Amino acid sequence: MSILTTMQLLPLIGSLLIAFVPKERNNLVKQLALGTSLLISALAVLMFIQFDKSNSGFQFVESRPWVAAFNINYAVGVDGMATVLILMSAILVPVVFLAGWQESENGRFSVKTFYILMLVLETMMVAVFSATDVVFFYIVFEAMLIPVYFLIAGYGRGDRAAAAMKFLLYSLFGGLLMLAALIGLYFQSIIQIGGSFDVNKLSELQISSGTQNWLFLGFFIAFAIKAPLWPLHTWLPTAARSSSAGVATLLLGVLDKVGTYGMIRFCMTLFPDATRTFTPLIITLAVISILYGAFLAIGQRDINSLISFTSISHFGFITLGIFAMTSQGLSGATFYMVNHGFSTAALFLVAGWMIARRKSTQISDFGGLQRVTPVMAWMFFLAGMSALALPGLSSFVSEFLVLVGAFGKYPIAAILGTTGIVLAALYVLIVIQKTLHSEVKPGNEGLSDLSVREKVAIAPVIALLVFLGFYPKPILSVANTTSSTVMTHMQVSDPVAKAGK
Amino acid sequence: MQNQIFLLIALPLVSSAILLLAGRRADKWGHLLATAVSLSTFVFGTLQFFAMQSRPTEERALTQKLFDWINVGSFNVSAALLLDQLSICFVLLITGVGSLIHIYSISYMEHDHDRRRFFAYLNLFIAAMLLLVLGNSYLNLYVGWEGVGLASYLLIGFWNQRPAYATAAKKAFVANRVGDVGLSLAIMIAFTQFGGVSFEEVKAGVPDASSIALFALGAMLLLAATGKSAQFPLQSWLGDAMAGPTPVSALIHAATMVTAGVYLIVRSNFVFDASSSARLLVVIIGAITLLFGALIGTAKDDIKKALAASTMSQIGYMILAAGLGPIGYAFAIMHLLTHGFFKAGMFLGAGSVMHGMNDEVNMRKFGGLAKFMPITTITFGLGYLAILGVPPFAGFYSKDKIIETAFNIGGSKGWIFGGAALLGAAITAFYMTRVVVLTFAGTKRWSADSHPHESPILMWLPMAILAIGSVASGYLFTKGNSLVNWLQPVVNEHHHEHEGELLSPMFISGLALSVVALGVAFAITKYRTVPVSAPENVSAFTRAARKDLYQDSFNEAVFMRPGQALTKSLVKTDENVIDGAVRGIAWSTLTIANGLKKLQNGYVRTYALNMIIGVVALVAVIWVVTL
Repeated sequence: MSILTTMQLLPLIGSLLIAFVPKERNNLVKQLALGTSLLISALAVLMFIQFDKSNSGFQFVESRPWVAAFNINYAVGVDGMATVLILMSAILVPVVFLAGWQESENGRFSVKTFYILMLVLETMMVAVFSATDVVFFYIVFEAMLIPVYFLIAGYGRGDRAAAAMKFLLYSLFGGLLMLAALIGLYFQSIIQIGGSFDVNKLSELQISSGTQNWLFLGFFIAFAIKAPLWPLHTWLPTAARSSSAGVATLLLGVLDKVGTYGMIRFCMTLFPDATRTFTPLIITLAVISILYGAFLAIGQRDINSLISFTSISHFGFITLGIFAMTSQGLSGATFYMVNHGFSTAALFLVAGWMIARRKSTQISDFGGLQRVTPVMAWMFFLAGMSALALPGLSSFVSEFLVLVGAFGKYPIAAILGTTGIVLAALYVLIVIQKTLHSEVKPGNEGLSDLSVREKVAIAPVIALLVFLGFYPKPILSVANTTSSTVMTHMQVSDPVAKAGK
Repeated sequence: MQNQIFLLIALPLVSSAILLLAGRRADKWGHLLATAVSLSTFVFGTLQFFAMQSRPTEERALTQKLFDWINVGSFNVSAALLLDQLSICFVLLITGVGSLIHIYSISYMEHDHDRRRFFAYLNLFIAAMLLLVLGNSYLNLYVGWEGVGLASYLLIGFWNQRPAYATAAKKAFVANRVGDVGLSLAIMIAFTQFGGVSFEEVKAGVPDASSIALFALGAMLLLAATGKSAQFPLQSWLGDAMAGPTPVSALIHAATMVTAGVYLIVRSNFVFDASSSARLLVVIIGAITLLFGALIGTAKDDIKKALAASTMSQIGYMILAAGLGPIGYAFAIMHLLTHGFFKAGMFLGAGSVMHGMNDEVNMRKFGGLAKFMPITTITFGLGYLAILGVPPFAGFYSKDKIIETAFNIGGSKGWIFGGAALLGAAITAFYMTRVVVLTFAGTKRWSADSHPHESPILMWLPMAILAIGSVASGYLFTKGNSLVNWLQPVVNEHHHEHEGELLSPMFISGLALSVVALGVAFAITKYRTVPVSAPENVSAFTRAARKDLYQDSFNEAVFMRPGQALTKSLVKTDENVIDGAVRGIAWSTLTIANGLKKLQNGYVRTYALNMIIGVVALVAVIWVVTL
């Protein structure tokens, strides 16, 4: 049995155990969930260490027939990109559990339900990044909506039911387009190879460019909704505003990555011609997202809305890197996905603690926290520095790689994207000034600083942002394997320097 | 020992981390640790300097590769350090002046509740600044470049409980980020043109590069320099940066960080040597800023802001020099080093005055302080003579060389830039005399609750040491052309022929001294009596200078307010138009669904029709897809 299957089964076993715990024993539920998630992190680290960088294909593969009539398999395997994304997701889940120890307590459903939903979601996270059968991927892609829907509607705040519904409808719309494209793809495979959903085999199909365009769009729109690309982004701020901190973290940090991951795994691999056709359009949308998200972030009054708009800007960078189609762009984008996961986690979790203490999500209600809660203020500050990609933190490396990778091919887009770093300074420093600096605002006086549990939860995230900023090699060398495979498949190469060397 | 260059950065970085992580536990000894570490980096740097000096010229530069930092495709950047004749000058300046300022701050910040945090930031700054000057590639430099920006932000906003100070810190960071766009783009241009971002690789690629690429690279490096070094048009943050504690103004916003732009241009000499248009741009920016800063300096009543305007102007001189080509690089660095002594000394002097005057900064409320603060007056006075360029003080050697070189580039350019530099010298003499007269001479104008007194030894000793530098450094750098020869291997100044000097050095010195004397005389007559409150009925020019020549009004009108309007309208658009469209679709779906309900009417013939339509549609889709 592949380690990937183990990592999918363990959370299910964990949630089964939790189901049998008596209702009043909430602490036991939480400990079980935390223990399970820690075990999975350990497995993810193990897999990461065992990953063979010289092998360009899928590793840790396992395939079992599922629906034999249509040649659908339970097929899993990971390449470099999937490995680092699973590692990031597996690290974030226990962090989220520990950070939001009380998060589940005032929900519409029970504490038990919260952790069962979360663990089921973790199974799906591993599945979605490791599926090598397109139908299996699609089913997980859609099924993930269910736990997320209930997590937002059940444990969120404000107008959570409406936000959850908006999220669901948006995603279902995208999913429907993908299903149509999937069926179209299957017809193509029947004609050429007798029907298959194996991503490797599908990538060998010869599809006319007209058909490729339609199929590409079906997949791409679904992914562009997930990794919200302008103008398909409006569900995200609503969902983030209405989610609890932990759910928002996993939603933006992990689940949205399925979109950018899918663009590389499916759009590029399956439809290389169409990818080339749509690249100028997508690069344009990516640049709009970078600048639009940043401007919108500057104008937000709600702290979670602000964070979600910064993410829209960051997803613009990731998309720009992907479709620049250079090694720096692709590896930078993959590394960006990992860093954005940690960076967003730091932002949402610390903001969540601030909100829980101050009982308000409005930026204007905070003020002077540096003097009241110095440790919490430092953590928010560092998370902000990561969001503005300060050199020395890992997000700088990825953002710079994306821009330098895009510059060789799309200089205008790269120049416009680079101006985004000024806007990033603005949206981060404005919120830092309003919340942390100035005199202590009424209502902030007695706030308590971070507890030991909270410090333990955030420490690994900050440590990773710093460590990978100085030494990104462990992640980059793994991510590089996917970049070179994709580029070979797409038959593109890096631009060559004009002078020197 | 040669392989331990990284300790220069690692020691202050680690001590900064210790102080921040230890928190209040380190309040008792934090400042001592920080100062000890800073002093030890200075000792280590000095040892490196002597070791370097004892090696033959071609073996002087040392490199240390630490590890592979980023390797993606052909983009390979190591974390590697380069200690050569240029960077050792900065190492000594940063750690030397830095250590003096640590010592000064022990006393200056004694009563501040957060002194430990202050020292942690100072050491963070030292580490970042050393990385900036020691990195062997533009990307390594960039890490230090933004690192000093971060330290500067933290220190300007050290007292950020005051909203104006927090805003000043933010403004500095944002203005610097605009410059950083330039540096980012410069690195991208370097990579796409030369296939590498280390100084060595770029230098090797220059001969094969197109002139457009070189101009673009030079212009982007200059943009970076204008941000960090407060040069036109990104100068507006420096005056506000005086919100930081005065030792910070001396170290970061006078002696070291703000001169990083000059370092960047001198370090990139191979780019500017190959592009005369980029060089011209540099000279223009330098000339504009040296006059801009000097003019602002004439109308400031806040002693720190007057000195800040002066810093902007003096760095303008350095940038001007750096743009003058091979010979100018060495003079730019010489002025940078002498300026490091005299300006840091004067800032510490200003701090000493504030220390004795209940943190008052308005010079109109000083007057006659010489009697009460003799040491401060003498050290400040020596710095004053140095910045004026009176022989034999330091500025005489470095500034006159710049004026001379500017005149000697010849033609109308020579007259314009030489003239600007000369005019700047006259205005400098005026505003600096004004500062000295208002502060130390004349009658006392302070209120009864001030009890001016001399500062303790921990404060005046660093001032005295810097004053010695203000006196002697210029002579030492010029004696036997020592600094020019020392830097020669880095800036490649091999064609040192004097192309028919337009004006002789003697004549220029005489001319410079005459205009300086004019400026001094004018200031002394004008400020014989000083009203305590600034006069209202002043010329339009004075009003403009008081308002920093409307730099903030300009930025607010052109960038800030349109930006805010754009943000507001985008927020509205997002809520109403984009999300509105989505809600519109949802609404019409609902309406259509209501309409479709009517199809469920129970008649078999309707269902049959629907089925036929469905089948046709399905077949059509399959047909399209399999085309």
